[in-house]
Amino acid sequence: MPLIENGHIVEDKYVRVSDEDALPEGVPVLVGVDRFLKEAEALKGRQAPVGVIWPNNRPIAEIAPYLGQLSLIALNFPIFRDGRAYSQARLLRERLGWTGPLRAIGNVLRDQFLLMQRSGFDQIEAVKEADAEAFDEAVHRYTVFYQPATDERPSLLRQRLGRTLTGAAR
Amino acid sequence: MASPQQQKLKVHGPVAVTANRLTDGAVVWRTRGDGWSADLADAIIVTTADDAIALLAAAQKRDIDAVGAYVAPVVIEADGSVAPGNLRERIRVAGPTFELPH
Amino acid sequence: MYAYDEFDRAFLAERVADFRDQVARRLSGALNEDEFKPLRLMNGVYLQLHAYMLRIAIPYGTLSAHQLRRMAHVARTYDRGYGHFTTRQNIQFNWIKLEELPEAMAALGEVGVHGIQTSGNCIRNVTTDQWAGATPEECDDPRIWAEILRQYSTLHPEFTYLPRKFKIAIAASPHDRAAIKVHDVGLRLHRNAAGELGFEVLVGGGLGRTPFVGKSIRAFLPARELLSYIEAIMRVYNQYGRRDNIYKARIKILVHEIGAEAFAKAVEAEWEAIREGALHLSDEMIAEIRGRFIYPAYETLEDRPAELVEALKDERFATWFANSVHAHKVPGYSIVTISLKPVGAPPGDATADQMDVIADLADAYGFHEVRVGHEQNLCLPNIAQKDLPALWAALDAAGLATPNVNHISDIIACPGLDYCALANARAIPVAQEIAKRFADLDRSRGIGRLHVNISGCINACGHHHVGHIGILGVEKNGQEFYQITLGGRADEQAQLGTLLGPAVPYEQVPGLIEDVVDTYMELRAGPQELFIDTVARLGVEPFKERVYAAH
Ligand code: HEM
Ligand code: SF4
Repeated sequence: MPLIENGHIVEDKYVRVSDEDALPEGVPVLVGVDRFLKEAEALKGRQAPVGVIWPNNRPIAEIAPYLGQLSLIALNFPIFRDGRAYSQARLLRERLGWTGPLRAIGNVLRDQFLLMQRSGFDQIEAVKEADAEAFDEAVHRYTVFYQPATDERPSLLRQRLGRTLTGAAR
Repeated sequence: MASPQQQKLKVHGPVAVTANRLTDGAVVWRTRGDGWSADLADAIIVTTADDAIALLAAAQKRDIDAVGAYVAPVVIEADGSVAPGNLRERIRVAGPTFELPH
Repeated sequence: MYAYDEFDRAFLAERVADFRDQVARRLSGALNEDEFKPLRLMNGVYLQLHAYMLRIAIPYGTLSAHQLRRMAHVARTYDRGYGHFTTRQNIQFNWIKLEELPEAMAALGEVGVHGIQTSGNCIRNVTTDQWAGATPEECDDPRIWAEILRQYSTLHPEFTYLPRKFKIAIAASPHDRAAIKVHDVGLRLHRNAAGELGFEVLVGGGLGRTPFVGKSIRAFLPARELLSYIEAIMRVYNQYGRRDNIYKARIKILVHEIGAEAFAKAVEAEWEAIREGALHLSDEMIAEIRGRFIYPAYETLEDRPAELVEALKDERFATWFANSVHAHKVPGYSIVTISLKPVGAPPGDATADQMDVIADLADAYGFHEVRVGHEQNLCLPNIAQKDLPALWAALDAAGLATPNVNHISDIIACPGLDYCALANARAIPVAQEIAKRFADLDRSRGIGRLHVNISGCINACGHHHVGHIGILGVEKNGQEFYQITLGGRADEQAQLGTLLGPAVPYEQVPGLIEDVVDTYMELRAGPQELFIDTVARLGVEPFKERVYAAH
């Protein structure tokens, strides 16, 4: 599945490892939350980067103690209509201060790219090749945004008043 | 009449497979040659659950011509013509039961 | 009227282009139906029994004459020459073709009208009092706040794929004409003891399969904190609302299952974290939105001018005046309700020609403004009393002056089995038949205020739970049957109706309703006691005895 990072299709450096398999040495790995929580202490000593897939039915606040040892957080959309991970993403960015890579995985389709970007995802794993190729078009469909979100796009609420998101938030 | 798409398939008597045409939503019926027709007279009529399931499965394979396919009851009239088998299907074929505003 | 600016116009044009592309991808097969359905729903496009249906939002029920004329155009060009006004301040076109939808949307978009978020699991069209800005009762114009919410919720990145649909309504008068207690969030705008403007916040109301009256979770929310508080509610709901069962996914179930107190606690905790943030509404922001509402340049006039007094000598005019004309906040002006319930016609339907007539009358007499209320009637909110006779004559000629507002024939009905793919039974012909039985105006006036609400299935789009008489279509062995409830109400004293007894077949419904009404006429304490009050006083038992003895 094509991975898009900051608007470009890139190679996925992370290897997804199931809970049973041994972790390969020296390469970035992406593991499930159960394994991660069980092995969190041991994983701290690992030389290569570790990412976690955080499920959408687990309160995102529980990830806070581990942020320092993570290099990637992936949030899941089991079906594209299940929008829980949008809230998790915003909380990660705006409440928990996560500035590292944040990846949308699962049933990720083109018409959700913009919403994901606005909610703070900077990596998107698209299901369809054609969708990934249309990424640029999909996230530039709109030039007008009514409400402030996680991205830097100015929202109308304050654009109309000539203010910026940071200006109002701080 | 719980939405037919949600019903378990029980077949008592003749049935056809119906759907709405993708482009304009018009009511269509499954015909020979894997096609669809707006005329119920063209519909394939089956009478057993197995045949109905097979007909429906074939109709659902491709959702670009017609959408929301399901099995609907029909009745065979004395002269051999086919008519919709319940009120819902009669309304789908003939339109609302009152005079439309004009 | 709210005047769209260049931002709103740019957004709408982009939305039309977006949808045009989505339709093209669907027709080409790049999107399958499962993928396309939520996208079309988010633009108000349903698939009904015979065709696609397009639902267009009329934000907070306010419409310009120009916009109404464009709706008439769409009805003529892309549909079958009529439209259906709904209980949620929307209009529906029943015969739209998917292929032509982008064109129809573009035609509507040009005048600032759209179907955005009129369906789908997102924040829907925010509704309010159709008399907003004109009624002397209100503490502030609730449309200001509805517009702020409209902007906030439009294509919200976080809340576009909620567990289920989300409906917000606002009332600003002691008399609630927006049914806020049966919405996911109901907002009661009022002033506190210190004179500050704010909202009482109710959550978890709703009808459908599991009806609930909303519960108050905050007695007073300062108005400028509206968005942060709503965001907190939405965030709690988005994360914890049930997604395992579509029938349990509304916020009302979450509130019910964890309790209003626990829910309120979660909201307050989330709110604490964001209330000083980017959503805080400054006075300038509020003033900016307020400034975009254009109010009529009222003249200095007197109440009951000579033209009106003279016209009131005409009995037909006087009857209509007593029924359909309401007090205005400005002397010499009135609010006029236009009944879309002529006896024998589908409730809430208007033909393209009627829409044009109403638009012309709004231009001539009403500062170009038209309103839509949840009772499926239209309203001209700003009519000079001296113009009432001429207005009435024109409405009468177009079949739009039936003086039955709030009468038993002013029925709210959903599309039912004549249009709707989810229906068990028909609703519109039931309404038509009941209206015919009570066509005699003297009789229906004698009965007084009585709201009949009909839904074709348990989804309750016709609000049957909160009708004084509620009628719900069910199915028994493939036949249409109807359950009757009495004593529901949707206003500030909202409550759910009580079941009268076993369901009856289609043919028996009008007669049964007549029996209910006859029983009321006999049992009421006097002509001043409304149907709803008699039911409240006596319960349903005396009605049950009489009605089922007769059938
Ligand atoms: C034919 C197209 C329609 C379909 C498929 C449809 C579908 C539904 C469904 C499934 C529900 C139940 C939602 C739930 O309980 O979670 C519902 C509720 C509702 N609908 Fe409709 N509806 C249609 C037309 C209408 C019309 C014409 C109106 C206005 C007259 C309307 C207004 C409402 C209202 C007010 C509710 C109940 C309030 C609530 O959300 O709890 N709908 N609709
Ligand atoms: S109440 Fe049922 S029948 Fe009526 S419009 Fe809603 S879903 Fe359709």
